[in-house]
Amino acid sequence: MRLRTIATLSLLRRRARATFLVAGLLIGVGTVVTLVSLTQSLTGQTKADLQSFGANIIVSPRTKDVALSYGGISAGGLSLGSQTLDESVLKRIDAIPARKSIAVVAPELVGTVKVGARNVLLMGVRPEDQFRLKRWWSVDPGRAPSKRREMVAGSAAAKALKLTMGDYVSLGGRRFTITGVLQPTGSQDDQLLVTDLLSAQQVLEMPGKLTLIEVSALSAGTPVDTISAQLAAALPQAKVATMQEAVQSRVHAVGQYKSFSYAIVAVVVAIQALVVFVTMMGSVSQRTHEIGVLRALGFRRAHITRLILLEAVIASVVAGILGYLVGMGVTYVVLPLVASGAQVAWAPLLGVIAVGLAVTIGALATLYPALRAGAMDPTDALRAL
Amino acid sequence: MKSIVSPSADSPDPVAESEARLARLFQPLDPRAASFIDIRGLEKTFVGDGAPVHALRGLDLNVAEGTFLGVMGQSGSGKSTFLAMLGGLSHPTAGGISVDGIDLYALRGERLADFRREYLGFVFQAFNLVPYLTALENVMLPLAVKKMPGGEKRRRALDVLERVGLSDRAGHLPGKLSGGEQERVAIARALVNEPPLVLADEPTGALDSETTQEIMDLFAMLNGEGITIVMVTHNPEIERYFDRIIVLRDGLLERDAPGAPPGAPG
Repeated sequence: MRLRTIATLSLLRRRARATFLVAGLLIGVGTVVTLVSLTQSLTGQTKADLQSFGANIIVSPRTKDVALSYGGISAGGLSLGSQTLDESVLKRIDAIPARKSIAVVAPELVGTVKVGARNVLLMGVRPEDQFRLKRWWSVDPGRAPSKRREMVAGSAAAKALKLTMGDYVSLGGRRFTITGVLQPTGSQDDQLLVTDLLSAQQVLEMPGKLTLIEVSALSAGTPVDTISAQLAAALPQAKVATMQEAVQSRVHAVGQYKSFSYAIVAVVVAIQALVVFVTMMGSVSQRTHEIGVLRALGFRRAHITRLILLEAVIASVVAGILGYLVGMGVTYVVLPLVASGAQVAWAPLLGVIAVGLAVTIGALATLYPALRAGAMDPTDALRAL
Repeated sequence: MKSIVSPSADSPDPVAESEARLARLFQPLDPRAASFIDIRGLEKTFVGDGAPVHALRGLDLNVAEGTFLGVMGQSGSGKSTFLAMLGGLSHPTAGGISVDGIDLYALRGERLADFRREYLGFVFQAFNLVPYLTALENVMLPLAVKKMPGGEKRRRALDVLERVGLSDRAGHLPGKLSGGEQERVAIARALVNEPPLVLADEPTGALDSETTQEIMDLFAMLNGEGITIVMVTHNPEIERYFDRIIVLRDGLLERDAPGAPPGAPG
């Protein structure tokens, strides 16, 4: 038998008090875990949203022409072939120091082609990158282009040209297969015919040329401003435009949510500490007799203090583990209600932090009652017997 | 003094280790000590909101090792104060106490707690067992803060429980034991450290006459093994067990007389 044995037995065999102590800590830790995991999950979703929001940097040719609008983005110089970028700029983008903070690089070539008697916008893209960038693009019916001379049609273009999946379109003497139709987006994308970049360069007779490059930066990596500056330095012949406003408003919203959550966490931790303090003070008062007996049996003051602290620490470890599990369980239930589609972010580190937090609060809140128990005069304690 | 527990064959003798440690801790010994218990001019005055209360007024007493001393007197005579001071629980206002050459109140810091652990066994009137620990665990309590293998602690506690006739009740919580059984557990707990001195405060106060006799027989047997026992009591029926009886009155020694003649019970 050692002090920790006595502390463990005290908790196991005086279940009402132990349950109250553990429950007090558990509710606090569970609340903290729920708030933190919700914050992490929502932050993760916001990051994903930022990426799915699309490009936050546009690289386009420097031009004195009047800018055209494409998709609400000031692309500049979209005068259909008057100014272009050379494909070699893609290698220079790959070489910038902050490349790891770039999620997607989507080069595009846009030009007009004739389909029958109609002029239509043809866009050449790297389908995989483009569809990753524009997650709101949905091909239904059909699928995205996956090989050369396959094509999807914007909803308006498909309607005007009476195109459906499986049709063929002849462009510049080359036959393209319609693999699907884009669902309406409400943007200029509805007017497009979208095919692979190489085929578009051949049809438009602009080999190795690009109209613009859309770049999506990871919100968690290097700041967009820094990436933009590095791109501008690497591509002096191009114009690099940053969509600051959208990014900053999203980041600001996440920041506000975090601040709110952490404020609540601070309040919960304070209440939790108070609950432990009151419980342990009550426990020490109730155990005056027992403490007197232990002192008479030769327990030092430090032994009594350690005994009381050990009880709190053992209860805190149990409460920390249970609080983490309960908190994560509540997150599973609550997250779909506050953010549909968000994924619960499982963080083992949060479990370690939860236990550490419970032990720290438990120990600190018990320190004074434990010291008070240790300082108890054994004569006073025995007089109460 | 004979050993209450049998030494373990496969572990170092923890008692010898403990004694060696304490011998270093308690040096130098009190040169004035004339006997095992040496009490000189002991005074205790409680100062509260009202008039000071003189619980002890200059008590002088020498007790030889192996004595079974009965301390009697009316309520308020100073018996419990005397026992608390002898147990190192309450500092005297004046005077001093030496036990086995150790000047108790010259000890500094936590050494008084160490003294209680190594030299004393306490038996209280209300048993004062820890309610959430079994009989065995209660007996092991004084060993909890000693550096000793866990198996050795358990063996010693079981030995002492067997000695007081309770080995079959080792796993019971105090609430499941009778008054007499609880008293035996309290005695076993007082003995597990093999102390040379046992202090008992009204140990039969809550027992019927039959159980009182059983418990007093047990004390007498332990005294026969060399343990010095100081017992505070109101009960005149147990006077016959004592070697010596002192009677306190208003904090003064009113009577100091031999108890039972040689050959009396125990």
